[in-house]
Order: sequence, then structure tokens, then C-alpha cells
Amino acid sequence: MNIHEYQAKALLRSYGMPVPEGHAATTADEATAAAKALGAPVTVVKAQIHAGGRGAGHFAGKPEGKGGVRLARAPAEVAQAANAMLGQVLVTKQTGPAGRLVRTLYVESGCDIARELYFSMLVDRVTGRLVIVASPDGGMEIEEVAARTPERIFKEYIDPAKGLCDYQSRELAVRLGLKGREIRAFQNVVRAAYTAFTGLDAAIVEINPLVVTGAGDLLALDAKMSFDENALYRHPEIAKLRDVHEEDPREREAAEYGLAYVGLDGNIGCMVNGAGLAMATMDIIKMEGEEPANFLDVGGGATKERVAAAFRILIGDPKVRGILVNIFGGIMRCDVIAEAIIAASHETGLNVPLVVRLAGTNVDRGKALLAESGLTIIPADDLGDAARKIVAAVRNAGA
Amino acid sequence: MSILVNKSTKVITQGFTGAQGTFHTEQALAYGTHMVGGVTPGKGGSVHLGLPVFDTVAQARAATGADASVIYVPPAGAADAILEAIAAGIGLIVCITEGIPVQDMVRVRAALEQSSSLLIGPNCPGIITPDECKIGIMPGPIHRRGHVGIVSRSGTLTYEAVAQTTAIGQGQSTCVGIGGDPVKGMDFTDVLARMIEDPDTHSIVMIGEIGGTSEIDGAELIRASGTHKPVVGFIAGATAPPGRRMGHAGAVITGGHETAGAKIEALRAAGIHVAPSPAELGTTLARVLG
Repeated sequence: MNIHEYQAKALLRSYGMPVPEGHAATTADEATAAAKALGAPVTVVKAQIHAGGRGAGHFAGKPEGKGGVRLARAPAEVAQAANAMLGQVLVTKQTGPAGRLVRTLYVESGCDIARELYFSMLVDRVTGRLVIVASPDGGMEIEEVAARTPERIFKEYIDPAKGLCDYQSRELAVRLGLKGREIRAFQNVVRAAYTAFTGLDAAIVEINPLVVTGAGDLLALDAKMSFDENALYRHPEIAKLRDVHEEDPREREAAEYGLAYVGLDGNIGCMVNGAGLAMATMDIIKMEGEEPANFLDVGGGATKERVAAAFRILIGDPKVRGILVNIFGGIMRCDVIAEAIIAASHETGLNVPLVVRLAGTNVDRGKALLAESGLTIIPADDLGDAARKIVAAVRNAGA
Repeated sequence: MSILVNKSTKVITQGFTGAQGTFHTEQALAYGTHMVGGVTPGKGGSVHLGLPVFDTVAQARAATGADASVIYVPPAGAADAILEAIAAGIGLIVCITEGIPVQDMVRVRAALEQSSSLLIGPNCPGIITPDECKIGIMPGPIHRRGHVGIVSRSGTLTYEAVAQTTAIGQGQSTCVGIGGDPVKGMDFTDVLARMIEDPDTHSIVMIGEIGGTSEIDGAELIRASGTHKPVVGFIAGATAPPGRRMGHAGAVITGGHETAGAKIEALRAAGIHVAPSPAELGTTLARVLG
């Protein structure tokens, strides 16, 4: 689960991370008042969306205009920046062409930047340990640094038995070229990030840039945090930070029913049990020459209600011209799935071609139920057969 | 012969008297798995499904001499259940539970590295040696005793590979679902090394997906081993958009090596026969076997 920059900074500040003073605002008046309260010579007004590349982005309809991070030297400039961004759609490298609507701004004191560093913390899947990633090349995308100058990325792994050791932070500081009191300051940054990361079950903490000011202080100029969905049950205060506006409404509805769903751009809706088989089903649709409309894993213990919800989501997507159901029953019995498909087809008034492939536990009873249902369901014997049939059905219906 | 489990493997269930533990232990007993008991804290001394129930894994192991444990404990207690099995000296631990917090698994991984226990999973279907030992949630009847070793990160895609190898008249030596989580127990390399050594495994099917680089490590192990056993591979997720989590917490493309394309290339370079589609795992194997 992702949160906004202003939320991440407030959380990290509470763990001791040095961040510039700032306030969130949802109107131009609030933004102006926030700037006055800060009283800084330079104020930064930043669009709050769950995507990076805001500064280099542009607003919809204004490809040549300014991006989502603007400097203001007077209250009037703050109001002007706020009016130009609030209620507008910001398009960045990470949002895709559709962009994201800006509903909130973060108004922050500007600072005097001497150097920009990169800092992040995440779980490394190869070693199964927390890893600190740092680079002297802050302010640019770390993927770019990794591709061009991998020797300028430094990593430090944290032994779970010992936890973070401050000497690791100091060694990293020296490699980053920090000197004097900057070294202790960096140690504090790492300690704050680590305490927040482990205390809140974060998936990533990324500070880019982490700046060294002219006075030799360290400040987190940007902050990104995301959290392990599996651990949200023990952090209700974090779960409350979820911004539903930043999520696909179809994905939100699916999550309420315990379905894993990801919306895509094609026209064949898929309902599959198991994440790997769901991805393989998407792949084979593409191999047959069409595009999947979604990833949808109904999970191992799908009930009638869950299958019905899955159908509603698929049919509710105006792009969907046909549906492919691919179930390999293990714990899940094919006859239960067949009953759920029949009920959901009646309930939702299914009006696009439906291909169903069933295999595994109780497959014969499942197939018999579908055949006797009176519905125009196209049965398929295996994965390849199912993909060919749904592609043909969609093309025939469109012709 | 087979890898990791056979008909003499003595198995206990953790989370024994719960709905999942009960259902799948019944299935395992019906399949012929040598179940010797189970653990549910607070119910020690009782009998469930005709088997003794213990309060702790240490008691269960002392009384039954169990070699393996299967875990159906809900996510909040699952990592602790694994740690308990490690502490009790269980040799093979299979964790089916989906949804364990990643940082809990970081602690488990550290404990595993200090022990001689092996972990399969979490978030996996388990392991089966057909006609001998089924530990996990896979449907027994689709399997057939034979000589194809199957290793996969996905549950139902493993069943797909099993059904397709059975359909071409082959059977399986051992099938291992290693699970879809980013931090887990055994990985492709651990399972593949055993399958390469196993005289009963004559060919191998490995099924990976986007995210991480463990398929590439597995391919490198196969290349370096110089094995003559034919290996068929498939990587799911060629159509997945970058940065989006596809159900499995581990299935997110975050770097250039983690895409389906990069992995397929690595598999091919190691001499692995990559199936052109997930519907052609069996036919690709049939072609390779001649």
C-alpha cells in the first residue's frame, strides 16, 4: 500500500527523520495560509499523487507547461501555483498518459542545497535481509544510476540477529563522501528509517533526494513509503492512510471480496484460480492475438459470492467483449465453481461470450452442470483450447 | 527414489484441528501419507482423525519421531509455527499459509540459515511424491508415478504441468511448489540440485514467473551441472505491466532481469527447452524426450 509524500514525511519525522517544515493543503487559500505560517524566503508547492517524476511531469492539456513541483517567493505565487495544480491532471513518466488528478498539495519550506544523495531501505529477496541502498547521485532515478554507473550504488545488509549497527551507517556515510558532523547526521537518518521500517512493516522507505544543506545538515527533501499489505492488520493507523482516489475502483471492489485484481487495457476478461495460472492465462490470450482486460485471481477458497463479485467486476468493465474462466480445481471443487458461474451469469445478465475451462477435482460434475444450465457457455478442454475459443468468439461477435 | 519425501516420511500437521488442517490431513491420510500426529496448542492429549494431538512441536517430535511438518496456521501465527518447527529439529517444514508479513519471514530465513531444517513455502501447494507421500493441498488424483521432476513458484500452474505430463503418458517423480513469496525457504536452485542428483528423476519441468532472479540462478545451476537430463521451462507473466503486483507478493517486475523476456533468454542460454505457451508444457517435453 502506497501513501503520499506528506504522510510519509509526517511518519518519518515522528521517528526522528529530519524533514523540512511543511503543511498539506487542499485549496489555494489553505496553501497560502500554510506558506505564511512557514515564513520561509522560498516555498515549494508539491502536487500529492502516488507516482514519481512529478517535477518533470506536465499537466494534461499543457505539455509545454510547468510540472507538479513549483517554487514560490511570495504568497501570491503560492496561490498561483496552487490554482494551476489543484483539480488538474498531472501526467508523469510513472502515471502513464491518463495521469492523476491532483487533490492535495504539500507546501514546504525551501532549503539551501549543497549536495543531493540517494537513500532507500527495502527487503532484498535474494538474501532475505533488509538492505540499505545509497548513492552519491541523488535526485535522479536510481534505475538510471544502476544502469549507467552501478559502481556508484552502495549497499549494506542488515543481519536480523544483530539489527542495524550504527557503524554500518557511518561506513556508508564515508563512502558517500560525507565529512565531520554530516557522518553522525547520516547515522541518525538511517536509524530513523530503520526504526520506522521495522516498526511499521514498511515495504520500502525511499528518500530521494536526501540533501546536505549549505550549513551541513541532512534533510529528507522527498520521501516515499509503501507498506506490506500482509502486515496491515497489525497497523490500523497505517491502513487509515490509504487514499482510495489513487486506486483503481475495480481493484478496490475486488479487494473487498478478497480477489486479487489488476485492470489492464485489453478486451478479454479473465477469471482464474491461482496467480501463476492467471498470468499464464493472460499470456496465452496475447499469444492468440488478443489482449487481456485484467488479471483476476479468485483464490483457493472461492465462494459463490466471490465468483459473483468477480463476474460483476468483469462485466462492469465496458472494454470487456468476452470472458474466459480458467479453473484448475484443487481444494476448490469444479462443481461448486460451476454452480457459482451459473448463478452469477443469471444475476448479472451476462451479455458477452463466455468460455469456461474446468479441470481437477469433480470436473465431470462441473461440466455436466454447465451443460444442463441452458446458458450459452462455450466449454473448453484445456488451456490452449480455451484461449482459441474465446478469441474466436470475441472476433465473431465483433464482426 | 525421489527427493525430500517418500513413503517412510513421518508427517505431523501444525494447525491440526482447524478447518484447513483437518480437511487436508484427511486428504493426506486417504492418499497414503504416513501421518503420525498433529499440534494444536491447548488440545494436547486428545485424539483427532485417529491421530494424537500435542501442545507443542517438540512434544510431537519426541513422541512420534516425525521427519516432516506441514503448517496450516493462519498468517499472524504462521512464522512462529515455522520457528517452532525449526527449534524442534524437524527436518522438512512445509508451510502452506498465504499472507505472512515479509519481515516475519526475514526472521524465519535467519533462523533457517542457523539450522539444518529445510523449508518449502510459505504460500505454496506443498510437495508430493506420487503414490508415496502427499504433503499439501494439491489434488492427488491428477498425479501419476513416473520420472518427471516438477518445480514451480505457482500452485495451479504446477497442477497444469502435472496434468500435461500425465496426459503425454509420463508421470512425476516429485513435484515441489516453492511458493510465490519474495522471502521464502527452498528456491529453484535447492530443488533443482536435488532433482539433478536423483536417479529416479529423468527429466525436469521448471515453471517460473516475473519478479526476482531465482529462475536465472536455477538456469545457471543447470548449465553449470552439465546434466544430460532434459529440462523444459516456462515463465508466466510476459503480459504483466511493470511495477504492478500480480497476486503473488513476489511477482512484481522491478528491474531489467526480472521480466519474462530476460528470464526466458537466460533459460534458453542454459539449454532449457522453453515451452512456447503454458498449454505446451507437456507437448514440449514429449518432443524433447522423443
